[in-house]
Amino acid sequence: MKKITPIFLIFLLSIISCSEDNDDNVSQITTTFNFSHNWDGTPVTNSDFNAIKFTNANGEQLSIERLRYLVSKITFTTNNAEKLVLNGYNLVDVTNNQNLSFSSSTLIPIGSYSDVTFTFGFNNEDNSGNYEDLNSTSWFVPAMLGGGYHYMQFDGKFLNTSDTEQGFNYHAIRAADNPGDNPTFPQDTFFNVSLGEVIISNNATFNIEMNIAEWFKNPNTWDLNVLNQMLMPNSDAQIMMFENGQNVFSLKSIDQ
Amino acid sequence: MKPWKLHIICLFIVCFSCENETIEQYIATPSPLEIPKLFKDNILAPIIPVDNPQTEQGVTLGKKLFFDPILSIDNSISCADCHAPENAFSDSDRFSDGVDGIFGNRNSMPLFNLAWNYDEKFFWDGNTFSLEHQAFVPVSDPIEMKSSWVNVEQKLQQDPEYPNLFEQAFGTSKIDSTLITKAIAQFERTLISSNSKFDKFLLGETTLTNQELNGFNIFMDEARGDCFHCHGSDKNPLWTDNIFHNNGLDETFSDLGLGAVTGDPADNGKFKSPSLRNLAFTAPYMHDGRFATLEEVINHYSEGLKNSSTIDPLMKKVSEGGVNLSENDKTDLKAFLLSLSDYEFINDSNFKQE
Repeated sequence: MKKITPIFLIFLLSIISCSEDNDDNVSQITTTFNFSHNWDGTPVTNSDFNAIKFTNANGEQLSIERLRYLVSKITFTTNNAEKLVLNGYNLVDVTNNQNLSFSSSTLIPIGSYSDVTFTFGFNNEDNSGNYEDLNSTSWFVPAMLGGGYHYMQFDGKFLNTSDTEQGFNYHAIRAADNPGDNPTFPQDTFFNVSLGEVIISNNATFNIEMNIAEWFKNPNTWDLNVLNQMLMPNSDAQIMMFENGQNVFSLKSIDQ
Repeated sequence: MKPWKLHIICLFIVCFSCENETIEQYIATPSPLEIPKLFKDNILAPIIPVDNPQTEQGVTLGKKLFFDPILSIDNSISCADCHAPENAFSDSDRFSDGVDGIFGNRNSMPLFNLAWNYDEKFFWDGNTFSLEHQAFVPVSDPIEMKSSWVNVEQKLQQDPEYPNLFEQAFGTSKIDSTLITKAIAQFERTLISSNSKFDKFLLGETTLTNQELNGFNIFMDEARGDCFHCHGSDKNPLWTDNIFHNNGLDETFSDLGLGAVTGDPADNGKFKSPSLRNLAFTAPYMHDGRFATLEEVINHYSEGLKNSSTIDPLMKKVSEGGVNLSENDKTDLKAFLLSLSDYEFINDSNFKQE
């Protein structure tokens, strides 16, 4: 065989070796999480904002002017209890119709999962990080309350007992007492939302619903005439938000 | 020639034929912004348009244009007349007068840290997208410089210096409005303010007085100042959210602000949150300069709020006029706010006319 033949073989091999094998990713899929919103079943978008058109469980009529919340640690738990955590977090901004859909760069193997969960807000470890994007959009919590970040900012107006529009700031954060240099934390107020068991066979889109009315409903019937503003330093109010938040999210469907 | 040599030559021809042909293109000297540590550590990178990178020659040209009254119809006023360096590039007058002595109806906005306006909405009502487009507006505004861009282009083209400066900055001596505004925007992006006393405190280079520290606590306390939801914090050195709010100035609106831009009545009476940096130099305050002093501003938020349909829900205790700060708290809050003023910025020779 002439010398030229091995040279060409090496050349061809080097070219072919650069191409992606089609079967490399066949069992890895992408996931997308869509967030939509309703008020006891009636769809809500930012076009419904700025008008008194909702009534909460306590009978108060109210408007929504600003709604954004943080979702993190989306986790797929395998049947062997292995946890696959998607990279990144997502600040859902309903006000500006931004980030209503979140796709992580993390790929997930097809298969059966005993649970899919996400965290509303940040867990305490993540909450101690420093995030340039969240700082840039004024999402931080004052250091006197332990620092970290909001879990949710839900602002609007309600008709008070004098039938006058009054502002409310339903801001969920990590509950803190003794504001100052050494605040204390009565209990965790982030929570994990379980979407249940899933079988993943293809690229999957999870359609998640937030029933906004639930924030005012169960187990605490929220009285906006009593709890409307300055709720961040109010740890009792934060714990009530945590309790009411347990039934706010639901999995509507999975498209794959 | 042996066959294998022919193969190799063909291979090289095939490989190199794929490469783009080199086109000679003038590139000025890059001059990237120097990002302050607190900015780098805490917030996203500044917005620099891909078609207008910062260059030494571009910034030099932009600075000359900024201070040159040649942009106005009668060569009487420059950008700096309403955006004076000693006022953190604002105007100490409530309203600014243009070439005909006619006054506008809004206070001149200060100019600093503009590259970190992530939504790129400029002016009090956000009516213009991008800093380059912002620079287009005052030149032809009939009550400001009252010029026309054709006229400005001609004057600059006939000037003994400018064609060469444009050649150095952009590789062409043919002057047009796009290049003029690009140069001005480059200069404006260099106006970075990051050396206030509070910055130095955060960097561990100085200490604050007890009054300033208490003022910061009031600023961050949702039950007292609650300023941080709109005006930054130790985590956001811009000291603004660059978003539009109705902060309870009026019950009815003679100036619709953002509402006139969007056409949405829910935006009536909303104006951009200004940065709280450099308040020592930027009086009077608010979009219409209605408050001459910081005391008046603090009194407004403390007990002067006026209700309206679009008042921001973040305004607290509106029915009582506000949160009713104590006199001590007001004094301390003012002391803290003044610690955000950057004397190095207003005295920086790079930002002054030579």
